[in-house]
Amino acid sequence: MKEGKEEIELIKEGKRLDGRGFDELRPIKIEVGVLKRADGSCYFELGDNKVIAAVYGPREMHPRHAQDAKMAVVKFRYNMAPFSVDDRKRPGPDRRSVEISKVSREALDPVIMREYYPKTAIDVYVEILQSDAGTRTVGINAASVALADAGIPMKDLVSSVAVGKIDGEIVLDLNAMEDNHGEADMPVAMVARTNTITLLQMDGRLEKEEFERGLKLAMGACHQIYELQRAALIDRYSESVDV
Amino acid sequence: MGLEIVNDIRKDYVRDLIESGKRADGRGFREYREINVERDVIKRAEGSARVRIGNTDVLVGVKLEPGAPFPDAPGEGVIITNAEFVPLASPEFESGPPDENSVQLARVVDRGIRGSEAIDLAKLCIEEGEKVWMVFIDIHILDNDGNLVDAAALGAIASLLNIRIPNERYGLTGEDTLPMRDRPVAVTTVEIDGNILVDPDFNEENAAASRLTVISNADGTLSGMQKSGSGGLKEEEIAEMVEIGIEKGGEIREKFL
Repeated sequence: MKEGKEEIELIKEGKRLDGRGFDELRPIKIEVGVLKRADGSCYFELGDNKVIAAVYGPREMHPRHAQDAKMAVVKFRYNMAPFSVDDRKRPGPDRRSVEISKVSREALDPVIMREYYPKTAIDVYVEILQSDAGTRTVGINAASVALADAGIPMKDLVSSVAVGKIDGEIVLDLNAMEDNHGEADMPVAMVARTNTITLLQMDGRLEKEEFERGLKLAMGACHQIYELQRAALIDRYSESVDV
Repeated sequence: MGLEIVNDIRKDYVRDLIESGKRADGRGFREYREINVERDVIKRAEGSARVRIGNTDVLVGVKLEPGAPFPDAPGEGVIITNAEFVPLASPEFESGPPDENSVQLARVVDRGIRGSEAIDLAKLCIEEGEKVWMVFIDIHILDNDGNLVDAAALGAIASLLNIRIPNERYGLTGEDTLPMRDRPVAVTTVEIDGNILVDPDFNEENAAASRLTVISNADGTLSGMQKSGSGGLKEEEIAEMVEIGIEKGGEIREKFL
């Protein structure tokens, strides 16, 4: 996959091109309740990734034959804005976004108490406004906070980050340059309270030992992200109490 | 509604059995159903294989056609993987555009082949920037009794190992064979109430909250992974699934590729 592309040195003197160490996340910014009409929403930045998530529901499920008599159905739509990437993305779902929507939904399903709302739909919409690798993980982080903002009962938040291999090293949170020229990419999502993995994908080539180390690195970073998600929610709702 | 109740009963049945250390067909937790690989079954395809795992039956055909390369890789061939869940294969399948399950299946198979760099894409270049071989891997499901991914991935690599490049048909000259550099094998396990089972059949798949496909190569490295299903997995469970993936992958490679 990486062959034929020009070789770029991604690590110089123990630092990555953007100055980060191997186990360092890009800067994160989280805003809760940014949209007026949605039942819950969240704006999430991870480095140059800018992502917005909205939650609608629980509301009536259409089409009716897709209803589940015992629990709510979560519908997840991951969508990239045409201007979010260097080469304009043709609007509408492609195969990549269909797959990402599926695995992202399955990453959130385990924490949502769907049995409280039989026959309904919970719609989760994620829009990637600006992309710099790792967008599915940012989408899951944003969606998880937006679900909480919508007041959907959940067992916990879901936190997500990718790890990968560049210049032979296992590193945290690849940016686009690293992702394009790296040897492997592995997005992970986790329920922090129980250390349960709810999303795991891997692309590229890794030794078993590298995989295990990468998974541990991702799990540690998910705990960091979890604290930031929690803080953003507390911050938002302690403000409203004062009013 | 009727089908839902039947599925619930089956789910309970599968889980009760597993609780007592058994599987419906008498297999061990780390045992595959019988695997059968038949090569070159379609004369019109440049490579093909029919893979049966128990009652699961998958046909993979590979076609090669000259086409334009991607602008960012002018000297490389193109791989396009597609899966069709035709309604003949299961009462759950409907005709129409590919749904998320068939998209996921095709993308996971594709990821394993790419990640392993099994195909030397540079060898598929006919004229740099102008013309390259496009390799179409088409997965046709004939009978779905669970674990389509492993059958499809095995069918894809088995087909690719016997490709005849159709130079003559397009008035070209060059090598007629495509040397492969690796033999990735996909191994899927599911987690049911804390137990890890390899090669789930249809009922086991439905009873499982999560499943993990692990794609490994001849040297024991990993070239793809995908968790699916609405459950979560513990680190130790993932470690066990990866270990099983590498071990069973090695056995299948040895025997069938």
